[in-house]
Amino acid sequence: MSPPVVARRFWAARFLAVLVLLPAVLLTAPAPAGAIVDPRERLEDPALEARARALSKDLRCLVCQNQSIDDSNAELAQDLRILVRERLLAGDSDDAALDFIVARYGDYVLLRPPIQANTYALWFGPALIFALGTVAAVLFLRRRAAGIDRSPDPLSDDERARIDALLARGMDADGPSDRPDPPAPARSEKAEP
Amino acid sequence: MARIAYLLPLLVFAAIAAWMAVPLVRGDDPSVVPSALIDQPAPAFTLPALPGRDDGLSHTDLGGTPALVNVFASWCVPCLAEHPLITRMAEVDGITVHGIAYKDEPADSIAWLERHGDPYTRIGVDLDGRVGLDWGVYGVPETYVIDADGRIRYRHVGPMTPDTVDHTILPLLRELSG
Repeated sequence: MSPPVVARRFWAARFLAVLVLLPAVLLTAPAPAGAIVDPRERLEDPALEARARALSKDLRCLVCQNQSIDDSNAELAQDLRILVRERLLAGDSDDAALDFIVARYGDYVLLRPPIQANTYALWFGPALIFALGTVAAVLFLRRRAAGIDRSPDPLSDDERARIDALLARGMDADGPSDRPDPPAPARSEKAEP
Repeated sequence: MARIAYLLPLLVFAAIAAWMAVPLVRGDDPSVVPSALIDQPAPAFTLPALPGRDDGLSHTDLGGTPALVNVFASWCVPCLAEHPLITRMAEVDGITVHGIAYKDEPADSIAWLERHGDPYTRIGVDLDGRVGLDWGVYGVPETYVIDADGRIRYRHVGPMTPDTVDHTILPLLRELSG
């Protein structure tokens, strides 16, 4: 028994509404996250505040690990946001402010790891593996294509002579054969209608 | 030769699996971040004493003999868990342990120490956590091993366990004293 048509339409409409609205909700969700920045933390100078926000997005909140301090309302994240603003107010460049925090919390605090000896594998490993895979795939496909396209070498005179001999022997039903006869019953069954 | 080529994916898989199994078997905690300050001098700082005491803690108090700096707070439950170990190290093993009361109301710190005992040689009050930022503190408790030159040699994040004390902290302190 199927549900009444009206009910089905109702659920279909709801489903559609969710489908349509979900992206909108997901896309707008990050906006309120900005509100985590306490108004008291905000700098008067909008340019400095914008720089502070940008830097905060690149700094990891160490207690939440995969949130930036801009997104996190952990106490440590708040302390670090204030620290970033203090450094900017003190006249630090963006890099100097980041260095100040890295000196205390290590490279791990950066959400975008620096390119250096111990991160080469991280940065270039995937590209390297992709390149190796591509080379392997190209080699494999090329070899396979060569195998398909190649027409067999022409028979040598010697081979032709052997084939002729074999064919001649096959034509002669009573002739001597070095192969055992095929099973007789199978053949006779198929032969008879 | 061709047979080896067929085995190659299996060998690569085995290598990756072994590489990933090591930290799993060893029981590494992925949430522990190594300190950026290892082998560097302790950051310059001066912290006031708890009311009624006349010590306080500053970087000039570090060095001379190897010591521990323990970041604690009365609101921190794991701190209470490791407190008997710190007391044991201070009283039985004769280790100098300094405390940083992190973001803790001094009155609360005092009450906590009266209740659970005070193994600390000196205590500095870091009410706003600013000195904690300079040390790279991200969770309480944290314990730092300081050598005779006042450099940070090791950091333990989270409560110490008898195992970490006996197999990591005390051996390192003995090595630094030796």
